[in-house]
Amino acid sequence: MDNIENLATRFQERIDAGEKIEPKDWMPEKYRKTHIRQISQHAHSEIVGMLPEGNWITRAPSLKRKLGLLAKVQDEAGHGLYLYSAAETLGISRDEMTQQLLTGKAKYSSIFNYPTLTWADIGAIGWLVDGAAIINQVMLTRTSFGPYARAMVRICKEESFHQRQGYEIMLTLCNGTPEQKEMAQDALNRTWWPALMMFGPRDEDSPNTKQSMAWKIKRKTNDELRQQFVDITVPQAEFLGLKMPDPEIKWNEERGHYDFGAIDWDEFWQVVKGNGPCNKERIAARQKAWDDGQWVRDAALAYSAKKSENEEKSNGIKAQRSEGKIA
Amino acid sequence: MSNKKEWPLFEIFIRSKNGLEHRHAGSLHAADPTMALENARDVYTRRQEGVSIWVVESKDIHASNPEQAGELFEPAKDKVYRHPTFYELPIELKHI
Ligand SMILES: [Fe+2]
Ligand SMILES: [Fe+2]
Repeated sequence: MDNIENLATRFQERIDAGEKIEPKDWMPEKYRKTHIRQISQHAHSEIVGMLPEGNWITRAPSLKRKLGLLAKVQDEAGHGLYLYSAAETLGISRDEMTQQLLTGKAKYSSIFNYPTLTWADIGAIGWLVDGAAIINQVMLTRTSFGPYARAMVRICKEESFHQRQGYEIMLTLCNGTPEQKEMAQDALNRTWWPALMMFGPRDEDSPNTKQSMAWKIKRKTNDELRQQFVDITVPQAEFLGLKMPDPEIKWNEERGHYDFGAIDWDEFWQVVKGNGPCNKERIAARQKAWDDGQWVRDAALAYSAKKSENEEKSNGIKAQRSEGKIA
Repeated sequence: MSNKKEWPLFEIFIRSKNGLEHRHAGSLHAADPTMALENARDVYTRRQEGVSIWVVESKDIHASNPEQAGELFEPAKDKVYRHPTFYELPIELKHI
């Protein structure tokens, strides 16, 4: 029999050699737990993330925008599903994950605890929030756990439409009336800092980073991803003719990156702890969906039980007939 | 925690176009195979990714054990004579 240390060493060697880990392979308990936590929270983010945008579907300014937004929000439901399925391969049930979300045991991305006050927020979310998510998710297509990596490949294929539809909304507003452009600027102002926080705490405040990098769960640190996002986004804001809501943003020739100002981490932790503007509303909406859906889940199960019962009965009759027992 | 039964899990296989095999696309919960097919259509073929769907209840799939991967698959490792390159023929020979 192998002892745990040998297994752990061999596991690390497989990771170092770039092998993927599949659900039934031996893995350290912490690797399994970290993945259940990370993948389920990622799934919750996709699902809760539908709420702020869903808020504008009925009020989209044109049929084209409504179709685009509807398709995007539907995609996010699919992303949640891919991710829940990936987490389930590690031995947690879907219902258990749902309960963890509803009881607050599991978190989701804090960005979705901010309200969507104007139509421009839908543009800013697609551009910045999906933009930040893409940077994280592209990295995760190379993560070491097979089902997670495969879910990410599928998700990344769908995400680029999300970001483009968001940017196009911003572009249209910025080419519109002064009021429309102002609305776009206001949405950028409110979304920018929370979007930067999406990458998580600074590397020095992120004690799990080292282990996650060693296990190739993450391939880049929070700060590396955040910098990548800033570098990509600043020129896109310039193209829109919008002002970044951070006076410290400046190209740093020496570093080859944009410098940017300090993030308000107190705000970040407040929102994580449940005190953001919409935390309660979001969970209440999910709880209501769960409660209101109970009869549907029950009815579908009852229907399928009855159907297979009927099939068994008619198969029984057919068998008896062919045996000549009944006419 | 609700004690209600969860819908069973189905594995979804999609044929992306005729001439190609069905490939595993992912999994989803559904009350029965009909619903699994309908949901698979909505989840996995929203952008014309498929022309045919198979659904199989996950519990009906029998899988090899990764711990036995060595004994199962390693015997094929040293059988180089199963590959064409094992047989050395003169270079001027054509069509073989
Ligand atoms: Fe998504
Ligand atoms: Fe998205």
